Amino acid sequence: MIKVSGLRKAYGSVVAVDGVDLHVREGEIFGVLGRSGAGKSTLLRCVNLLERPTEGSVTVGGQELTALGERELRRARQGIGMIHQHFALLSSRTVAGNVAFPLEIMGVPRDERARRVEELLDLVGLAGKAGAYPAQLSGGQKQRVGIARALAGRPSVLLSDEATSALDPGTTQSILALLKRLNRDFGLTILLITHEMDVIKSVCDSAAIMSEGRIEEAGRIADLLARPGSRLTEELFPLPPAEPGSVTITFTGTYSGRADEPVVSQVVRKFDVDVNILGGALEDVAGVSAGRLRVRLTGEESDAALRYLRDRGLLVEVASR
Amino acid sequence: MTWSDMSPLLWEATGQTAQMVAWSTLFTVLFGLPLGVALVATDRGGLFPAPVVRRVLGVVVNVGRSLPFIVLMIAVIPVTRMITGTTIGTGAAAVPLTIGAVPFFARLVETALRGVGRDVVQAAQAMGASRGTIVGKVLLPEALPGLIAALTVTVVTLISYSAMAGVIGGGGLGDLAVRYGYQRFETGLMIVTVVVLVVIVQAVQSLGDAVSHRLTRR
Ligand SMILES: Nc1ncnc2c1ncn2[C@@H]1O[C@H](COP(=O)(O)OP(=O)(O)OP(=O)(O)O)[C@@H](O)[C@H]1O
Ligand SMILES: [Mg+2]
Repeated sequence: MIKVSGLRKAYGSVVAVDGVDLHVREGEIFGVLGRSGAGKSTLLRCVNLLERPTEGSVTVGGQELTALGERELRRARQGIGMIHQHFALLSSRTVAGNVAFPLEIMGVPRDERARRVEELLDLVGLAGKAGAYPAQLSGGQKQRVGIARALAGRPSVLLSDEATSALDPGTTQSILALLKRLNRDFGLTILLITHEMDVIKSVCDSAAIMSEGRIEEAGRIADLLARPGSRLTEELFPLPPAEPGSVTITFTGTYSGRADEPVVSQVVRKFDVDVNILGGALEDVAGVSAGRLRVRLTGEESDAALRYLRDRGLLVEVASR
Repeated sequence: MTWSDMSPLLWEATGQTAQMVAWSTLFTVLFGLPLGVALVATDRGGLFPAPVVRRVLGVVVNVGRSLPFIVLMIAVIPVTRMITGTTIGTGAAAVPLTIGAVPFFARLVETALRGVGRDVVQAAQAMGASRGTIVGKVLLPEALPGLIAALTVTVVTLISYSAMAGVIGGGGLGDLAVRYGYQRFETGLMIVTVVVLVVIVQAVQSLGDAVSHRLTRR
């Protein structure tokens, strides 16, 4: 649905995005994770060409945006929704006026506009707030207005630049739930950028990690979790540095059992080993239980125990001595 | 001088001041608003980036603003004659007043427009808005309270400039105060004239503040 290739964006000598290839499939929620200054916002703003890439091409919904003239680009943008960290609402317009704005740009007639605005406010749960001004709303409500506005043109793609970063955890979850619902009900493809791990864990199907303008790792989350030495796993389930000889077990999307299955106690019962738990984290990620457990195995049958764990589909990594 | 002597003089002068200020305000907005928009739009990273144009406009505005009004007033006499065919009367006075106030108002407009967040402009761009739409439906409405405040300050300044313009033939309250109060030692009339000016300025400022406040939705 979104295809970015060879994307480079330089500001003078600062290279904000340095050769990025990205593929977002139709109907998925794709998260880009990275620290401040990694180039995430620049990448996202290159997708709807708010920034002109220095090099590379961007294709959205089969249309190569980088090849379009200004007028055609404006039309294409009407089919790409965008939501913003600080909401970017017009303070001089009411909630209804804000949602109507993109429809005015598209030239939708007045009565149809009113109907559509009502529909959209219903959809985001703000039916009673049509006449309020943004200054009278909470952060979560403002972002709902932002979402309603972004959906006005019935876009197939939604871009989100840190849409929940200015919100408290509870409100963040409710906004994420709304995005997930839109994704499920309308097949909306969402490309979001964030520095919050929780956002990736709770809504994303795929993810990329960005650092210093480059994508370090990208793919479906379940696949990334199954990949040895994955940076994403490291970020999602941070553990202290592995001591030599310690064993890190990653419960992944390919794991046949459930993460809360008592594999550890099974290992202890089946083999002549002792298990010492050094650390761990388990959570629901992309709809499956996943996580990491760091243990130390001692005893005669350690190797057999490791083989048993691998056979169960777990990713088992032993830190070299 | 009794009140009944003063009254007709004051009414006539107030009417002249009102005319000078009204005409010059109208033309100041007509020229100053687009100029203010141009100052913002032609900036680097603006809607119509044009660094050279921007530099030229900036210099013109600065020159206009740094000339003392009394000097400008005399310097533009040929221009006034060209436009109005005369150099006396309220119509003729409106020319230097407008020329003096346009750069001032344009700078205030520029400041008000810069107060509109970049993110709002970019959000509109992301929706596919044209640059004209962004000026008309984002920049100007969002900056409206600031623009009204700018207009208020400009009208007050025009009232004070008009007192000077009156002296070279426009009439008005300033002219009245000089002719009667200063040249004929009619201290009473001078004081009343000053009071009338203060009341007018106060009224304009209060009205402007009230309108600006009503329009503020932040
Ligand atoms: N308009 C600009 N002009 C110059 N440099 C810029 C510009 N925009 C971004 N940069 C630089 O590009 C780099 C990446 O910035 P970007 O905003 O994309 O990072 P980010 O990953 O979104 O960070 P954050 O999480 O803080 O928002 C930074 O070094 C930044 O200083
Ligand atoms: Mg950013």
